[in-house]
Amino acid sequence: MLEIRDLRHDYAGRTVLSVPAWEVAKGEASVVLGPSGSGKSTLLAAISGLLRPTSGSIRVAGEEVTALSPVARDAFRARRVGLVPQTLHLIGVISVRDNLRLAASLAGGGVDEKWIDACLAALGIGDLSSRHAADLSVGEAQRVAIARAVVNRPALVLADEPTSALDDASCEQALALLLQHSAAAGATLLVATHDRRVLPHFTRRLEL
Amino acid sequence: MSLARLAWAYLASRPLLTALHLTMLALGVGTMVFLLLATGQAERRLGRDAVGVDLVVGAKGSPLQLILSSVLHLDVPTGNIPRAEAMKVAADPLVALAVPIALGDSHRGYRIVGTEASFLPFYGARLATGRAFGREMEAVLGAEAARATGYGAGARFPGTHGLADGGAAHAEDYTVVGVLAPTGTVVDRLVLTPLESVWHTHAVAGGTGEAGEITALLVRYRTPIAAAVMPQRINATTALQAASPAYESARLMNLVGVGLDTMRAFAMILLASAAVSVFVALTSALQERRYDLALLRTLGARPASLFVLVAAEGVTLVIAGVILGFALGHGATELLGRWLAATRSWSITGLAWEPAEFTIAVAVIAAGIATSLIPAFQAYRRDPAILLKR
Repeated sequence: MLEIRDLRHDYAGRTVLSVPAWEVAKGEASVVLGPSGSGKSTLLAAISGLLRPTSGSIRVAGEEVTALSPVARDAFRARRVGLVPQTLHLIGVISVRDNLRLAASLAGGGVDEKWIDACLAALGIGDLSSRHAADLSVGEAQRVAIARAVVNRPALVLADEPTSALDDASCEQALALLLQHSAAAGATLLVATHDRRVLPHFTRRLEL
Repeated sequence: MSLARLAWAYLASRPLLTALHLTMLALGVGTMVFLLLATGQAERRLGRDAVGVDLVVGAKGSPLQLILSSVLHLDVPTGNIPRAEAMKVAADPLVALAVPIALGDSHRGYRIVGTEASFLPFYGARLATGRAFGREMEAVLGAEAARATGYGAGARFPGTHGLADGGAAHAEDYTVVGVLAPTGTVVDRLVLTPLESVWHTHAVAGGTGEAGEITALLVRYRTPIAAAVMPQRINATTALQAASPAYESARLMNLVGVGLDTMRAFAMILLASAAVSVFVALTSALQERRYDLALLRTLGARPASLFVLVAAEGVTLVIAGVILGFALGHGATELLGRWLAATRSWSITGLAWEPAEFTIAVAVIAAGIATSLIPAFQAYRRDPAILLKR
């Protein structure tokens, strides 16, 4: 599902990311572990096509991401990747449902209202559908961010530091939601974190 | 959920700021449109009403007042002059046509003009119904005066003293004998009658033939050379005053022009302030929304889509401001026109379109697009990875 070979990215004359080889199977959940500045975010950006690495190969579901044009990378990201940023960032001036609709319409596949209902219901936030995203609590925003990540039935869900600011109970809950709903959507989950509390949940890991 | 709807949601999320921008844009555009409509129609009407009248001879006083009272029928006359003196001017070889008028009365705000039968050909007016006036107290109505009063041939009405509505009624009634076809000039708003009617109702001593007084003599030159000779000669050698409608109309527009220029400058300052304000708002919104923009990129939006999103917000605002401004400008012109029609026997309409309005719309929208381009380009160049580095 995800294959990385000889990946390297240089910034300001120094190598900020180096991954000789790594593979993740379809539907597998894995973790990228490393301290701040070790290149975790750069790796997620490269896998999702937000940046083009200096050298190496990244294949997602057979598609060579590094060979794609900028426009094709945008389309690939919309279609194949669901991203849960560390800040859970939602667009506050529109409703929860519109946040999901926006993600669906940018992917270009049309908006499936029933699937949006199903995603919201599965995460227990069906009643928040019409609420403005700016009015949500952190816990609610976390669920909406996960729903948005899986709404396009992506091949890959990338989560950036999803637990770093959470207490133990919230950390467990956030991971459970990510694991459960990525699996339900048939997506491969990749979590980048420096938080070692998450390790028991993953059998595969990449240390940077 | 399209990016267009998202642009609208951003606008709606700041209602006070959006309302402030819309108000500034609408006031600026509205003022420009109002000035364009009002001055365009006023200039055309001045030109139409004065067409064919090269010179007005009347009593000494303000030349502008003489033109306003005797050609445009807006002001009170400067006084009366002996008809015999005026006829000497009419007999000048440089004069092709001359027609005397006597003012003093009105009916329901429409001026009663004592004159001669030559008044109709002088203005190119034709009868729509009935016949021309011939005897004392017979009247021919201009098209608008007939429409407003509902009078036709055979109708009788009293003249009231003074040129505004509400004066004391004279004892003897006028009888309508004809109605003129519309001319698009001041004639449409006049009630025409023989000079003798005016003299009779005012019981002027010796008020017949050469002994009567008139308000003014309207003159058309036989040759353009007359313009260089006649006014100066009349003003220098007689007790009469000669004034040129073309010159006085231009002087009037120049006098009014100072006020118009001030209003135009005010409108331009408003529009420039609105443009700067929209630019500052978009730029600051860009900073506030940097993570929104980065998020949109992670969701697959192309840089060009972010450019359109930010530009659409500014352009939507400007287009809405232009539409509101046009509604405001036309509405204000229509309201002023109704007030003028009721109180000043002068009307303009907001239900008209001046070709230059298109230029205003295009210029303001183009300025709005230009204002939005810089922040839109900044959005285009945003680094989407900031969301992962936060």
